[in-house]
Amino acid sequence: MMAEMLRQLRPELLTLAAALVVILADLVQTGGSRKWLGWFAAAAAAAIAASLIGRWPGLAAPVSLWGGAVVLDRLGLVFKGIFLLGVAVTAIGSADFAAERFRHLGEYYALLFFSALGMMLMASAGDLLTLYLGLELSTLSLYVLTAYAKESPRSGEAGLKYVILGATSAAVYLYGASLIYGSAGTTVFAAVAQRVAWQGFGPGLMVGIILVLAAFGFKIAAVPFHMWAPDVYQGAPTPVTGFLSTASKAAGFAALMRVLMGPMLEAASGWVVFVVAISGLSMVVGNLLALSQRDIKRMLAYSGVAQAGYALVGVAATSSLGTLATTFFLAQYLFTNLGAFLIVTMVGSSARDDQITSYHGLSRRNPALALALLVLLLSLGGIPPLSGFWGKLFLFWAAIRSGLYGLVLIGVLASVLSLYYYLMVARAMYIEPAGGREPVRLQPSAVAAVVVCVLVVVGLAYPGPLLELARRAATAFF
Amino acid sequence: MTLVAHPLTVILLSPLAAALVIMAVPRRNLLAVRLIAAAATSICLLLSGQLCLVYLREGLRGLQFADRAAWVVDPGISYFVAADGVSLSLVLLTALVIFCGVFASWTVVYRTKEFYCLLLLLVTGVFGVFVSQDLFFFFLFYELAVLPMYLLIGIWGTGPKEYSAMKLTLYLLAGSAFMLVGILGMYFAAALPAGAPRTFDLTVLSQAEYSRGFQVVAFLLLYIGFGILAGIWPLHTWSPDGHASAPTAVSMLHAGVLMKLGAYGVLRVGLGCLPEGAHAWLWLMGAIAVVNIAYGAYVAMGQRDLKYVIAYSSVSHMGVVMLGLAASNEVALNGAVLQMFSHGIMTGLFFALVGLVYEKSHTRDIEAMGGLARQMPGIAVAFTIGGLASFGLPGTSGFVAELLVFLGAFRAHWQSYTIGGVPLFPILAVGAVVAIVVTATYVLRVLQRVFHGPLDEARYGEVGDARTTEWVTLVVLGSLLVVIGVYPSPLTDLIGRSVGSLVVP
Repeated sequence: MMAEMLRQLRPELLTLAAALVVILADLVQTGGSRKWLGWFAAAAAAAIAASLIGRWPGLAAPVSLWGGAVVLDRLGLVFKGIFLLGVAVTAIGSADFAAERFRHLGEYYALLFFSALGMMLMASAGDLLTLYLGLELSTLSLYVLTAYAKESPRSGEAGLKYVILGATSAAVYLYGASLIYGSAGTTVFAAVAQRVAWQGFGPGLMVGIILVLAAFGFKIAAVPFHMWAPDVYQGAPTPVTGFLSTASKAAGFAALMRVLMGPMLEAASGWVVFVVAISGLSMVVGNLLALSQRDIKRMLAYSGVAQAGYALVGVAATSSLGTLATTFFLAQYLFTNLGAFLIVTMVGSSARDDQITSYHGLSRRNPALALALLVLLLSLGGIPPLSGFWGKLFLFWAAIRSGLYGLVLIGVLASVLSLYYYLMVARAMYIEPAGGREPVRLQPSAVAAVVVCVLVVVGLAYPGPLLELARRAATAFF
Repeated sequence: MTLVAHPLTVILLSPLAAALVIMAVPRRNLLAVRLIAAAATSICLLLSGQLCLVYLREGLRGLQFADRAAWVVDPGISYFVAADGVSLSLVLLTALVIFCGVFASWTVVYRTKEFYCLLLLLVTGVFGVFVSQDLFFFFLFYELAVLPMYLLIGIWGTGPKEYSAMKLTLYLLAGSAFMLVGILGMYFAAALPAGAPRTFDLTVLSQAEYSRGFQVVAFLLLYIGFGILAGIWPLHTWSPDGHASAPTAVSMLHAGVLMKLGAYGVLRVGLGCLPEGAHAWLWLMGAIAVVNIAYGAYVAMGQRDLKYVIAYSSVSHMGVVMLGLAASNEVALNGAVLQMFSHGIMTGLFFALVGLVYEKSHTRDIEAMGGLARQMPGIAVAFTIGGLASFGLPGTSGFVAELLVFLGAFRAHWQSYTIGGVPLFPILAVGAVVAIVVTATYVLRVLQRVFHGPLDEARYGEVGDARTTEWVTLVVLGSLLVVIGVYPSPLTDLIGRSVGSLVVP
């Protein structure tokens, strides 16, 4: 029995082991370059991600552990793949950056693993408390990572802001969870679902759901819970920002879908309107605020707010198609946004600031780098045939099928708006003269990670296989 | 028999392949870059010309030369290209304009490699839109045709180029947003035979039934979406700014071909799939078309910048196309497509000529020029031919096209649209004919101010006529205007065989 449980949880255990091994490996080596730690962490994360494939056939039917506290299914598996690949790309991408900037390298990678472990727990949570444990583990690790650049006051400030607002949102989550527990008499999702189906939902449960939604709204940085994002994104070390804006956001969505689609599906008529409102607001406000940004990390932060709004369209659709669309969207978004942040890392390290003016004439200085960033930004803007386009297409497709025409029109028009600021970066890179700026110094590891990201973004022009994967996973709730 | 297997796919891929090859060519080797571009566009021209001949000679009808491959099975997306007479004539137009555009850009020396890369990418998108029979790929190619424009104008443009480029891009992408919603709506609203999977296949969607309420909404969405690109008033303002700021070849391609994508979309998707919806809005299309004709011509009359005159004349001429589509009987549609072709050639020629005049005289200010016909007789002759075609002188292609459109409009008996008991469309046609007189005024004004009158010897004494590769555009496009005007029947035959199925009953 115990052995069976351990077998089921092997990916989580391996992730934990990888975190410990990285710390130990760092202790063993005393001198010399420690860049290999990043590659090692990436290889470990990728290997664990690959091992997930072996679990796929066994999870055709969900497996429930510890009386439903942990539920293993294919949707969770896909999300775990997303988190681990996020760790892998971030680790490769920051191998050079971290070796130059940070003294405590082993801990840096270990924290990435711990954060991913928390996210994996969130994606498999079958109980409000398991979910909380996962949430705290992932967010606590991210607080530390945000403040990791100790010499930079901005990084410390960002870490503090993140801690305060994160703790507030955790409190909001706990309050919501306690209300749900009070109404349903249990914290296990399956049992809550039964209660809701029998008794319908009262005001206590509804307030509980809204509070939980607010807490995850913070995690995914959706309007009106987004105010921390620009400051934290700007202050955090750039590879961490990349991880924060992709994997952490995906984890928020995995958990949100677990709560809303699992136990609360029967109550959908009550909460859908809130999801629609948050989604629409995020798309409009995120894109509007991004228009006037001069700092590319802040711009990408607001763009990430808008992207969270898009992903919420799939949640608002409350259908298997919507779940599929959100999952597909987040999977491609990981590579698109992480790739963009890794390029920002390189340009930022060279230019010593992250203003969009640092990108002037980049197409003359580093043509390949400029082209890569252009491709990634166009994908963020939803230009076909890049991956971001398919992500949005499936989202809108699901929404139309669920009758959310208004949300689709807002989403499509907001996309056009977003192209303005993505094109402003294109303008800086291609139209403005370099003005004596030196070519950007390339970091081999970051270049490798960017190549992977661009290949994925372009390769998803043929979205069939990933779509099929997401389709099979999305049957979790329906 | 076509020259190669899968001719349409080859036409699509050769500019794309050329763009990729050009990326690999060393930056300094300008001649190789230009020759590769010229070779790829020659292939397109050769193949599309031959396809038109095959279509005519073998008496083909309907969609031909189809290539098909599944792309994503479940949402029902497939790569599906095929062409009928309308598509073929527009593919031929595109091939002609880009062929000439490559030669007109021979003098581009700033970042030549990137310029040709983007130009070829853009033209791939244009070809793609004309031959896609899958709405999804149609949309994809449409975006491909719009985006390179941002960099092409932004980098190689003149004047307020960043502003114009951004304005153009955002307008057209906003249009594509309306299109996308309309297309997704059609995908879901189509009543297909029982058991048939949902699909973006245009041939299936055009046969499907839609509820009347849906058609009315969806047609309006598509009309606005495509209409922005076709330059309908009052959403046309991106076009004069964009065309005036763009480098020569890009203006040629944009005014000559890209605006036709909008009209083609209204024809193929709007009229072809949603006839009942079209019926509810044709009065609006017709009325706005006449505003386009009159307003475009009137504003063109007041411009001092030569390029703006041509840009506004495009707005005016696209009105003729839209009037033909609105009248939507067989004669009018034939005229509309012929006008697309004729205007594409004509405006391509105009922008090439304006580019040449500017390059040699270093000004586009009409007031500052005069008597240039003495210095550049070839350019003056070509400009005159274009001008005559512009106001529809018999013997030029413009005459045939406008005649067909106006005839069609007079014949359009839309009993439901009347003003005080008089049918609407004949009134619109009268309005349009009157507005054409204004066209004659501004064309003649430009001809007189720029090419005739006293010559400023000190300033223009040294300027010369067109040279070497520059003649390609002048000769090819100029002579076509006359040839089609004198002998239009192959083209009208080609178009006429296919517009029948698009007529709104």
